[in-house]
Amino acid sequence: MKQFISFIKKEFYHILRDKRTMFILLGMPVVQIIIFGFALTNEVKNARIAILDQSNDAATHSIRAEIEASRYFEIKKYLHSYKEIEKAFQSGQISLVVVFPQRFEQDLLHFNKAQVQLIADASDPNVATTLTNYASAIINDYQNRITNNRKLPYTINTEMRMLYNPQLKGAYSFVPGVMAMVLMLVCTMMTAITIVREKETGTMEIMLVSPIKPLKIVVAKAVPYLLLSIINITSILLLSVFVLDVPIRGNLALLVFESILFTLTCLAFGLLISSSTASQQIAMFISLVGMFLPTVMLSGFMFPIENMPVPLRVVSNIVPAKWFYYIIKEVMIKGLGFAAVWKETLVLVGMLAFLLALSIKKFKIRLA
Amino acid sequence: MNNGIAIRAEQLTKRFGEFTAVDGISFEVKKGEIFGFLGANGAGKTTAMRMLCGLSLPTSGKATVAGFDVYKENEQIKRNIGYMSQKFSLYEDLTIKENIRFYAGIYGKSDSFIKTKTAMLLQHLHLEGEANKLVKSLPLGWKQKLAFSVAIFHEPEIVFLDEPTGGVDPVTRREFWSMIYKAAESGITVFVTTHYMDEAEYCNRVSIMVDGRIDALDTPEQLKKTFGAQSMDEVFLKLARKAVRSAD
Repeated sequence: MKQFISFIKKEFYHILRDKRTMFILLGMPVVQIIIFGFALTNEVKNARIAILDQSNDAATHSIRAEIEASRYFEIKKYLHSYKEIEKAFQSGQISLVVVFPQRFEQDLLHFNKAQVQLIADASDPNVATTLTNYASAIINDYQNRITNNRKLPYTINTEMRMLYNPQLKGAYSFVPGVMAMVLMLVCTMMTAITIVREKETGTMEIMLVSPIKPLKIVVAKAVPYLLLSIINITSILLLSVFVLDVPIRGNLALLVFESILFTLTCLAFGLLISSSTASQQIAMFISLVGMFLPTVMLSGFMFPIENMPVPLRVVSNIVPAKWFYYIIKEVMIKGLGFAAVWKETLVLVGMLAFLLALSIKKFKIRLA
Repeated sequence: MNNGIAIRAEQLTKRFGEFTAVDGISFEVKKGEIFGFLGANGAGKTTAMRMLCGLSLPTSGKATVAGFDVYKENEQIKRNIGYMSQKFSLYEDLTIKENIRFYAGIYGKSDSFIKTKTAMLLQHLHLEGEANKLVKSLPLGWKQKLAFSVAIFHEPEIVFLDEPTGGVDPVTRREFWSMIYKAAESGITVFVTTHYMDEAEYCNRVSIMVDGRIDALDTPEQLKKTFGAQSMDEVFLKLARKAVRSAD
């Protein structure tokens, strides 16, 4: 036990003395949450638009008012002719133009039919789609309101409810994603690097000659990073609850348990990398390619797995982050209990056992 | 320890596949002796040393270190030896004191032992003022001396030194050897590999390995007489010329 404690103490000296690395390890989750929360988002807020109202009547005025009132749009310009539309887009300030034709209200009242044209800047197709959807929704709302006053035969109203995330906030999906990414980075890469560094400097050899058991070395190496990860989990959860308003609907203890399980899986992976490589660069490269890229690409956090071709969908199953991401979403966002995620938890436990067994076996072979 | 023998090897052999790195070497090292283990690069010195330290299992043959069997009593051996590798092996981002504490800690030494011994050691090395400085701020010679002191801090019976003076200036080398002598006087057996033939003269006895075998083993004086040589350098060259294996 004394051996173990002096070892852990030494590990903490390493971490605490390397201020830059420590700052990155503890600051990264905060920065990522803030970047994802406020900068990288699919939501469109206060898009600048222009209106070409050739009718200028009561109906167009109230639609305009509603558009202006929504938090998605900000009416930047009123245009007077079609010619100005092209210019407005070229100025780069406008991403959508709403065109009301002449006699809009008359058409609406007399023929029960009027047209609105939405012209969007599709050089960014995602934004264009989102904006036209928002604008159509506002116009549909208006239409529904006026048709309620009159009887129309056969109308089907679709009523939509967005469960678990009614405001369709991006934060709901990236908080679990960032958690997976950060834990992976801290645990896999840092454990791999720290063990390989000792091999490089020759201190590992000294320890292997000493009476301390290899297993103890490995566990003592992992403990500080486990603690760092718990700090990171806490800061991510606090930030997401208090800064991004993402609620924790499920059981907090279950959430923490699953996070620690994932952390251990990452540690085991880092260990495996460290026992198969001899240089820090290679260890870093393998952790990036073997863990970071799959985590970003194949966990479902950036790109939906359902849309991937079959081979990639199959491959995604061996990415621990995929299962973790799913579990966290179910527990944190949907508020489900252990009964809903036990299968996925079992997969993670299996991966952990496999990685651990493999890396311990490798470690022993190296000693023979 | 039986009959004052610190290390005994009989027909110790290590094969890596087809390649025989160490080919049936036999020798004895007496307690308190400074035993020089010489050989060109690739002769098998390091492999032999790794087997004796318990880092690597022999393919065949017998060996005991501090009276313990290298096959079965690995743990006891580790407790009774110290090891200093050719790579500098202290932590540069830890202070002198922290390095000592750490290495003493993994040998399970008590706090009071560590405290008194550290004070003695620092005084001895004239490093009292530097105790809380990071090791990376020390000059290389000091680092090597400190590394040696750390290797024998837990008072082992045998200390293995793998080319301990590589890259060190002649003055520091001389000081280093006087530390080795002191350690031997206090009863620690010193098993040292080296490239420097002048250092071989400092040893009580030396063995010279060529192509995985020990081709000569005696006191430096006797070896010079046997080979009709003026210096150990000449002895070494005469033997090393027979080598078939190329140095790596």
